[in-house]
Amino acid sequence: MHQIIDETLGINLLHANQAGADHNRAHFDEWGITCLNVMSSPGAGKTVLLEKTLAALTDTLKIAVIEGDMTTELDADRLRQYNVPVVAINTGRACHLDARMVAGGLHTLSQAHTPTDLDLVIVENVGNLVCPAEFEVGEHAKVALLSITGGEGKPLRYPVMFRGADVLVITKVDLAPYLDVDLSRIEANVREINPQVTIIAVSAQTGAGLETWFDWVRAAVKPSQLAAAH
Amino acid sequence: MHETDMTKALMITLREWWESQPTRPPVERVFLTVGQFTCVEPASLQFAFEVQTRNTFLANAQLVIQETPLIAFCHGCQLEYRPEFGLRYACPTCQAPMDDIRSGRELKIDRVEYATASTPP
Ligand SMILES: Nc1nc2c(ncn2[C@@H]2O[C@H](COP(=O)(O)OP(=O)(O)OP(=O)(O)O)[C@@H](O)[C@H]2O)c(=O)[nH]1
Ligand SMILES: [Mg+2]
Ligand SMILES: [Zn+2]
Ligand SMILES: [Zn+2]
Ligand SMILES: [Zn+2]
Repeated sequence: MHQIIDETLGINLLHANQAGADHNRAHFDEWGITCLNVMSSPGAGKTVLLEKTLAALTDTLKIAVIEGDMTTELDADRLRQYNVPVVAINTGRACHLDARMVAGGLHTLSQAHTPTDLDLVIVENVGNLVCPAEFEVGEHAKVALLSITGGEGKPLRYPVMFRGADVLVITKVDLAPYLDVDLSRIEANVREINPQVTIIAVSAQTGAGLETWFDWVRAAVKPSQLAAAH
Repeated sequence: MHETDMTKALMITLREWWESQPTRPPVERVFLTVGQFTCVEPASLQFAFEVQTRNTFLANAQLVIQETPLIAFCHGCQLEYRPEFGLRYACPTCQAPMDDIRSGRELKIDRVEYATASTPP
């Protein structure tokens, strides 16, 4: 005979990942680094936006990239042209980056570079609108990208991602004339889920809105770091 | 596919707890609460759990999932409402955006049931 005992746990399912994310964030804070987690569905324009960001901001900010591209080194190679440290994480078949993978990336990064010299680490997550929203990696802000080619209803179908975002970058707005899509409808749908979110509409093609995005990034970087850079 | 990762996360958390137990008891049932406003699909999680726990300390454990609906609270109206998932999240009365979420964000291991090896009387 045996006895059944209830053990009341009340533990969050993501407890282990959350602890890892907090650990990473503590390292970032100690090093004076701001970390951004960039997420979107596949092909929304994450890497292109990163390229533009590196081209515009590497003069004033020391940036490194942790690249969670699923299978190839291609994206990482595109970013290395900007002479910034790029750590490519081979996620295999994983559909999101988790805190442990990013910790590994930070370890690699800190072997070749002095982390206290960095101001900003940008993480490009795996192209997926579902679970990256739930797996924090230690970021200070979540950046969600939404291509206007995805249609107006996408925020409503993937609400968890858009609820959690600190900033929403609507991408590829140069394509608006060719699509039957209402930008203000996209914004309204996102605000219905996340009234506080900052929304920036950009085109990497024409450069529209990019300055606003760069300003947001500059403001997100810890003020002490900006002061120290001058 | 992400349910595979969720199960991995679940197993890591459970293993941490289990290894901290002096007796390492055989786990019989694991009770989860999974909210509608999360990335977890209960049926996929159930399946992933069955497959991934084979030949582990959870091999004989059954996963019991309780789902909770998305419930929001409108401060203007002082009312709870149920958004229509995938369609509408604003307050149906005053159209204010979804602000507080009262239910649906849960991803929780509530309880574990395990057997204790008891000596017969
Ligand atoms: N017209 C137009 N095309 C763009 C814009 N930004 C990106 N693209 C195109 O969209 C495609 C995908 O861009 P990426 O930057 O690789 O997208 P991604 O989100 O990094 O993709 P994954 O990493 O594979 O998920 C490329 O062909 C880009 O040239 C834009 O502003 N306008
Ligand atoms: Mg990319
Ligand atoms: Zn550490
Ligand atoms: Zn995933
Ligand atoms: Zn209301």
